[in-house]
Amino acid sequence: MDDPFVIAGESFNSRLIMGTGGSPSMEVLDRALLASGTELTTVAMRRVDPAATGSVPELLAARGIRVLPNTAGCYTAAEAVRVATLAREALGTNWVKLEVIADERTLLPDPLELLTAAEQLVADGFVVLPYTNDDPVLARRLEQAGCAAVMPLGSPIGSGLGIRNQHNIELIVESAGVPVVLDAGIGTASDAAIAMELGCAAVLLATSVTRARDPELMAAAMRQGVSAGRLAFLAGRVPRRRYALASSPPVT
Amino acid sequence: MTMTVILNGQERRSADPLSLADAVALLTAAPSGVAAAVNGEVVRRAAWPLTQLADGDEIEVVTAVQGG
Repeated sequence: MDDPFVIAGESFNSRLIMGTGGSPSMEVLDRALLASGTELTTVAMRRVDPAATGSVPELLAARGIRVLPNTAGCYTAAEAVRVATLAREALGTNWVKLEVIADERTLLPDPLELLTAAEQLVADGFVVLPYTNDDPVLARRLEQAGCAAVMPLGSPIGSGLGIRNQHNIELIVESAGVPVVLDAGIGTASDAAIAMELGCAAVLLATSVTRARDPELMAAAMRQGVSAGRLAFLAGRVPRRRYALASSPPVT
Repeated sequence: MTMTVILNGQERRSADPLSLADAVALLTAAPSGVAAAVNGEVVRRAAWPLTQLADGDEIEVVTAVQGG
């Protein structure tokens, strides 16, 4: 079935956006990325380490995966804009996963700094994909600011708690005119499927794969979870009923 | 006269004038996939050789790593 995921005019066959953080090695990461089928994958920007071996952008390029730099670790709009600008210069892409966090313990987005950064980056010609709270009002404000997608969290980054407020995700999906990407909190394949069943256009995850006992196997599970959830969403689930509805004809 | 710059958080002294391209070369031989900022201002790669560093400048040289 031809069902492309389109974001900022770019078309992807895979609806699974991967992160690369937490992987025990480049070899394990490579196998997990292949098993996931992803076509879009995040990286972080950090100081050059002269002793580092292996390059994540080179690995992604070799696999034909588009690189999506993030602004992880930024606490203010000014920092995030600077990191996005460095990433554009280093990687030659104007796409950015915008992350502006409020504190170390929860890693929750700071909504005011996030919106300020989004406005500045859109004005500077970036394709902005903001990691946001599961707040329908903030999602709407980010879309109005010109973001190419909104990426609400299911639960805090790396927590594996799944989607804590499905109702809010549904509300965001209902009113969004840009793709909604469920970002953060996915613990296992059923969480990814639920995100897609709720109508999300894609899922972004890292920890649940990279820190799984078998990252490659979990990547394959996530791929199928996303696909199954998408098909179920398109097919339309049956209404929930209070009492039974016989599926066999009555005995006559 | 020696010059001191802060390169990725570390003090570096130089007896000769340093360009931003020289400073980047102190950290990495293969500057593709690398970006640099001087005192918080991002400098485009094409301008690195023309950008002369001044005493006390803070230089950040970054690249993409696993994350997100």
